[in-house]
Amino acid sequence: MNGSFDILMVGIGGQGTILASNILGEACLIEGRHVKGAETHGMAQRGGSVESHIRIDGLFGPLIPPGQADLMISFDLLEALRYSHYLKKEGRLVVNNHLVLPTSVYTQKLVAPTEDEIIAALKKHTLCLLDADKMASDAGSPLSQNVVMLGAASGSIPLKPESLLEAVRRLVPKKTVEINTKAFEMGREFGGICR
Amino acid sequence: MERKYLLGNEAIAHACVESGVDFVSGYPGTPSSEVIDVLRTQPDRSYYLEWSVNEKVALENALAAAWCGIRALCTMKHVGLNVAADPLMTSAYTGVTGGLVIMSADDPFAHSSQNEQDTRCFAKFARVPCLDPASVQEAHDMIPSAFRLSEEFGLPVIFRPTTRICHSKGDVALGEVVPSTRKGEFHKDPRQYVVIPAHTRILHKKLNEKQPAIKKRLVELGYNQFEIRGKTAVIASGIAASYVQELLPDGVSFMKIGAYPIDEEWLGAFVNKHEKVLVIEELAPEVEEVVRQVAGCVPVFGKKNGYGSYEGELSPPAVAAILVKAGLLPANPFPSVDPVQNLPLRPPILCAGCLHRSAAYAIKKVFKDSIYPSDIGCYTLGLQMGVVDTTICMGASITVASGIAHSGDPRDILCTIGDSTFLHTGIQGLLNAVYNGANMTVVILDNRITAMTGHQPNPNTGQTACGVESPHVSLDALCRACGVHFVESVDPFDITGMMHVLEGAKKRKGVKVIIAKQMCVISARRAGVKRGRYQVDADACTGCGNCVRFGCPAIVFADEKAQINDLCSGCAVCVQICPVGAIGREGKR
Ligand code: SF4
Ligand code: SF4
Repeated sequence: MNGSFDILMVGIGGQGTILASNILGEACLIEGRHVKGAETHGMAQRGGSVESHIRIDGLFGPLIPPGQADLMISFDLLEALRYSHYLKKEGRLVVNNHLVLPTSVYTQKLVAPTEDEIIAALKKHTLCLLDADKMASDAGSPLSQNVVMLGAASGSIPLKPESLLEAVRRLVPKKTVEINTKAFEMGREFGGICR
Repeated sequence: MERKYLLGNEAIAHACVESGVDFVSGYPGTPSSEVIDVLRTQPDRSYYLEWSVNEKVALENALAAAWCGIRALCTMKHVGLNVAADPLMTSAYTGVTGGLVIMSADDPFAHSSQNEQDTRCFAKFARVPCLDPASVQEAHDMIPSAFRLSEEFGLPVIFRPTTRICHSKGDVALGEVVPSTRKGEFHKDPRQYVVIPAHTRILHKKLNEKQPAIKKRLVELGYNQFEIRGKTAVIASGIAASYVQELLPDGVSFMKIGAYPIDEEWLGAFVNKHEKVLVIEELAPEVEEVVRQVAGCVPVFGKKNGYGSYEGELSPPAVAAILVKAGLLPANPFPSVDPVQNLPLRPPILCAGCLHRSAAYAIKKVFKDSIYPSDIGCYTLGLQMGVVDTTICMGASITVASGIAHSGDPRDILCTIGDSTFLHTGIQGLLNAVYNGANMTVVILDNRITAMTGHQPNPNTGQTACGVESPHVSLDALCRACGVHFVESVDPFDITGMMHVLEGAKKRKGVKVIIAKQMCVISARRAGVKRGRYQVDADACTGCGNCVRFGCPAIVFADEKAQINDLCSGCAVCVQICPVGAIGREGKR
């Protein structure tokens, strides 16, 4: 069987999950490890719900079966709940404490769970909740939110933090290396105490 | 060898450069688009490259290049191959001299497509080889040999990755780039290139005679291979082979099919060494049918007897379930888990400030109880606003509209089509509707880009795929040249103005065309257009919800009042919708 470490990253199209997945992939290359992944491209990127599978040491297919992810990183509370069945019982969940309601809630008057209800439901897993928007702004740019999230999750990822940081430096735009390094470290520090 | 973490399509593009491709054409379509998007942005390009106006045009261009002896790549999504079917079928007869690889990306589960057709069936129909990769690495490695195979047999080769290859990622070992030294030259040979009946009968025979050697070659090349480990066997193709390899117990033989046509003799020898054979593949039972032909009395399990589905895509749990059902696994290692129920879905939506939303709003106001044929593009999301009654394939909004117009339904007919789709296959429909005297209104949603597939330029953009300025195309003049008298251009952000023109069209008979022009929000942002944001004056807002129902994702409702968040791109349409004037520019009250 596959001895991979499986990470599912979810969010809303446009939130930067693709860059985060590239950073993880690059870090695997830096350590000379195999990696497989699959992600949503195309139409769903227009504000739809998106998922990105990353299998560190993966040798075969790119898809993580439901119930098998070791770690889930979610950029949105509702998306965390939508995909939470992908997580193993003992899996860890790192979630941005932020809720964007789908527009259908307003246009079709659908009922959405409240933030508190979502958090209560997510608590059956090991949950690390963080305000990545704010931490990213503190680091210097709200756009570094995805790197904050990676930093916060990094303690559970079987890759050296130096490799992840190196991957961040290689992949973010040159001008933002400093901001993103800071974002990663802030996330990592927070992730260390919230688990 | 260099290793990189790449998207399947990036790896495919790189392999084309490694193969010294000389000529690239295609039409964007998910999941195929990134191949040309990567190739067109390479710094030192040694190949000719174009986004063509449709797939038929793209394939005919690429075919001509291959006739000139150079290597050509033509990319499209599976349904694009329907558009290109005409040249495809006969290009198998004429053959090629330079390598011609046709990438037709399939989309099992129809993640972003109108159907789940299987390109392997098309390849069989045309009698050309078809390669079906099982992983990103294999997709990369297949490209150079696809070109060689095409040159060896003088036939176009179809390369058929699926969404789970195109949009998968992996650490890929790349090869060396070998720049091309080929120069295109057309050698006249009417018996080859002029398919009059006398010639084509001979060409057809030659095509059929090539088949046995192709089958043998595909086995020699290692695309189709097996390992005998026991009395039971699993045969899997494409990505399904990767899932099977992850799960296959010891002592079960495994055959992987990565290329078609399959050598029946070779396959039969394998099958007959076993007491039971299970076939696992996505979509059509292409492999299974051949296995059944050669199996004799060996029992075959496959979708034809309920082991697997004709629809959708496979996944590790789905493959495990088939293995369990066939008695090859004791239990599914992935016990089923239920997702949380009743969460509001988050489907894709039109961007904040998209022209399609405001155009749809104006259309709904003026053409109330009308019939709305529509087409394929971001504006198909207008379904959520009730202005999309039909979509079938590219260009079919205008033709469906004229068909309904001649069928006796008394309601008004208003169809919508994007600029790229109009240039793809919409023009013929318009010409036909005018020629045959239909009564209908056509709204061309002109955002000057092929937005949905990732913002590729088209002739209406004024720029080629490689960023070279191109001659101006006038949609207005095109429509007039087709014989339309009522052609009006409007700004869809000016709701009153657009409604006024729609009313004018509604009153008239014949074919009326309204061109709604505004840049796509995303390309406008990339071009540096800044419009400033809007905000709601909480004191003035009565909480009527009109603006929220408009559906712009920048408008949210909290504490019985509307609010505008930072997604706002400043189209100012909500300002016109608010009945009490509560919405104004940010910073001004
Ligand atoms: S990408 Fe452009 S055309 Fe598509 S929904 Fe967004 S603004 Fe509209
Ligand atoms: S101006 Fe209004 S309708 Fe336009 S993008 Fe902003 S909030 Fe949406």
